[in-house]
Amino acid sequence: MTTPLLTVRDLRSYLATDQGVVRAVDGVSFTVGEAEIIGIVGESGSGKSVTCRTIVGLMPAGMTHISGEVIYHPHGDRNLLTARQSELQALRGSQLAMIFQDPMTALNPVVNVGDQVIEAVQAHAKLSGGEARSRAVSLLRRVGIPAPDQRMRDYPFQFSGGMLQRALIAIALASSPRLLLADEPTTSLDVIIQDQILSLLLDLQQDTGMSMILVSHDLAVISEVCDRILVMYAGQVVEEGPAADVITTPRHPYTRALLDAVPQGEQRGQLRSITGSPPSLIDVPGGCRFAPRCRLATQECLSWETELIEISGPGRLARCLRHDEVERSPQWQASDSA
Amino acid sequence: MSAGWVASPSELLMKAATRASARRRSTVRRRLTLIAGLAMLFLAIAAITLAPILVSQPPNTIDALNTLAPPLTPGHLLGTDQFGRDVLSRILYGGRIDLAIAFGATIVTLVGGTFIGLVAGYLGGRWDSVLMRLVDLFFAFPFLVLVIAIIAMLGPSIFNMFVAIWITSWVAYARIQRAQTVVAKRQQYVLAARALGYGHLRVMFRHILPNTASAVIVFSMVDAIGNIILAASLGFLGLGAQPPSPEWGTMIADGQNYILSAWWLATIPGLAIVFVGIAFSLIGDGLADLLRPGDR
Amino acid sequence: MSRFGSLPRRLVHVAIVLLGITLVTFFLLRLIPGDPALAILGSSYTHARAQAIDSGLGLNRPIWSQYGLFMNHLFHGSLGFSYFYHESATRVILNHIPPTLFLIAYSAVLAALISLPIGFFAGLRRGRAVDQFSRVFFTLSFAMPAFWLGIIFILIFSVHLPVFPISGFGSGLIGHLYYLFLPALTIALSFSTVLVRSLRTSTITTLRAEFVDTAQMKGIAWSQVLRRHVFRNAVLAVVAVYGVNLAYLISGTVLVENVFSLPGLGTLLVNSVTDRDYPVVQGVTLVFAVLIVTINLLTDVVQAALDPRVGQEIGT
Repeated sequence: MTTPLLTVRDLRSYLATDQGVVRAVDGVSFTVGEAEIIGIVGESGSGKSVTCRTIVGLMPAGMTHISGEVIYHPHGDRNLLTARQSELQALRGSQLAMIFQDPMTALNPVVNVGDQVIEAVQAHAKLSGGEARSRAVSLLRRVGIPAPDQRMRDYPFQFSGGMLQRALIAIALASSPRLLLADEPTTSLDVIIQDQILSLLLDLQQDTGMSMILVSHDLAVISEVCDRILVMYAGQVVEEGPAADVITTPRHPYTRALLDAVPQGEQRGQLRSITGSPPSLIDVPGGCRFAPRCRLATQECLSWETELIEISGPGRLARCLRHDEVERSPQWQASDSA
Repeated sequence: MSAGWVASPSELLMKAATRASARRRSTVRRRLTLIAGLAMLFLAIAAITLAPILVSQPPNTIDALNTLAPPLTPGHLLGTDQFGRDVLSRILYGGRIDLAIAFGATIVTLVGGTFIGLVAGYLGGRWDSVLMRLVDLFFAFPFLVLVIAIIAMLGPSIFNMFVAIWITSWVAYARIQRAQTVVAKRQQYVLAARALGYGHLRVMFRHILPNTASAVIVFSMVDAIGNIILAASLGFLGLGAQPPSPEWGTMIADGQNYILSAWWLATIPGLAIVFVGIAFSLIGDGLADLLRPGDR
Repeated sequence: MSRFGSLPRRLVHVAIVLLGITLVTFFLLRLIPGDPALAILGSSYTHARAQAIDSGLGLNRPIWSQYGLFMNHLFHGSLGFSYFYHESATRVILNHIPPTLFLIAYSAVLAALISLPIGFFAGLRRGRAVDQFSRVFFTLSFAMPAFWLGIIFILIFSVHLPVFPISGFGSGLIGHLYYLFLPALTIALSFSTVLVRSLRTSTITTLRAEFVDTAQMKGIAWSQVLRRHVFRNAVLAVVAVYGVNLAYLISGTVLVENVFSLPGLGTLLVNSVTDRDYPVVQGVTLVFAVLIVTINLLTDVVQAALDPRVGQEIGT
């Protein structure tokens, strides 16, 4: 266990909507260590994006109600949730950075890319125009954009999706942050580019020693890159542990089902999707939230007020009564991960 | 923009729930705008139709003994003008002309313009290009100037006001409906209807039109206000209703001459216009909410 | 070159519209039921005078020849002969242009000064006091006819509180600014309703965009995010609305000039109608149309300058 960088404790994020209160994040806790890569995996609506956005304070103020703690350890254990605007602003970019899913909409369409990178560079450093510019150029080069000093003058619509995502990574890294949150960074890109972007991220992480929280619904992506995995379902963490462990020996039926659903190269035959759909986050049912779709569910599961059970040490948890009955997934062997 | 942070989970649920129900209440309030607008319009129409019952004097009766009486004079709730004519009576009877334009001119242009836009958008090709060129041409002229020019040629009268508006206003509707139609004809439901063998006319009027009509209908409310103001403006300029017809615009023009001594003559007809204008505005807002929810 | 690539095509389009304008204006005169000469001369009708008018307007020739005559005059800078002023219509019209142009520019600037801040803040502080208040205020002003609003302003600010003059154009730049303040404000308020609503909606939509999140995550001040990212994008939608509603603005000048007795094109138009000075009516209509086409072209240029994506589009 490395030195903790960020500790999230019982984070809850409720949204007040016309239809009622959406309990998007309902009691999530985890720790990110220095130079650690955490993966958060789950389907749409599981709360993984809202978790990240709540951590950095990007949730819409009017409708969101938050409780819990998000402690950022360097510079004195500060709770980000109660920090003043000015404190948050000082931390963003220089300590915490985030990249988003769709690079096409994540950049200002009417300002050229170079200026947007320069803006990030100058956010936390007093540099002259020329210095800022050359720093921007070297950032773009580092993320693999060819001919950066010419492309700086281009506008976002003149870039391809993959190139834009690289530019976004450059922006995120401009002030050398210690923690990068990546919300589905490869989802809207095609498979070949996905690989390139993931390699880039890994590369950068090794160079800078920063920590990463990588969010995705794609288990294959997560397993390639992450040290630890958190599986989220219906606003809660249902399983947590070292990546290799979680993948080869899942301890929650949902994790097992996710693993089964990933088509493997050699496999022929049916795609196994998970039957049913996630519960509404408004009138949250009591008991285990996965029970209605679970093969192993019993009567007891439906009324059990769930909690995370330690399986083989503090870092290995699962929210399931029958965790030792979850079988190993046949195709995911130790040799397959990374 | 940090969101509201709260200390404990139970407090959290309570706060969020309170906010959620507050949001629900504001949805109801928006339905009220539509009802309020309709109520106001109904009131105006009722008052105008029942004018003979509500006021004892016809609008053009001259009373030389009672000229320029201020409002709340006994027998003249809103005062009299320079000829001793009762202002309230003139407002109610004058309203007939202005509301007639609001409805008469708007409906014809709504129907005509929508029809042309629908057909041109659906047929595409040459017809569409011709329409778009026409639209560009009409929009190159300031609306009022064109109307004035047409009335100049035809001669000022109430009927010619209608004609001038008919000639110039259909274009806006045609443009809106054409844009809606062009998008609609690529939609699944239209392709399905054609695949089922439905004829062009049927597809246009029973499939595309009902699904796209919301845009022109909401616009017609705005246009109605515009037409009332247009009629009043023309009256003001002396190009619409001719004296002694009591029309709100002509009344304001007359009143302008007495602005120093009898402020009510110019002010009150304007308030009538504003009242009806607000009614249409509320109806328009309410309809927009109803037909396109979530556009707050 | 790269940004205004569509400009030549645009100009061709404009030329076609201008041609159409001349056609429409030409045919306006032909709308007169009955004999135009009779209509023009009224009680001073004599056969000789009627003949002079007929040949002047070419009314005894085939229609295409008449149009040719009209266009010929046009290219020589002549808009016909004003029967009321007894001089060239062109000269009469040119004399009346400055007050109108000044009023249009003044109103346009005032409208922007009023509506941009209000619209932006209404969108930012949605549902709060600024938003509610501006909504009510502008719904009210939208329903008010511009000419009536002008009269009310005169009543309040010229009669009861003598701050501004009742009528006239004034002299010198400061004089113009002073005399035209109330008229310009009247037009600007009617115009602002649409602008405020448009910017408000645009601001609300832009605030939800992901690039705003990216900008925030750089750690720059919220005011910088608002300025460089939110406003810069929200205002794009308004430029188009601004241009489209300029026609409304110009219609407004006609009425307001009348209320405030300004010696501009609007007053000229109305007077010519009552004086049955048809060539002038025709000429003023033409001038107004050309003004609008110019403004639309300017709007396109401004849009292309602000938004690089627009500059790239081929065609409209």
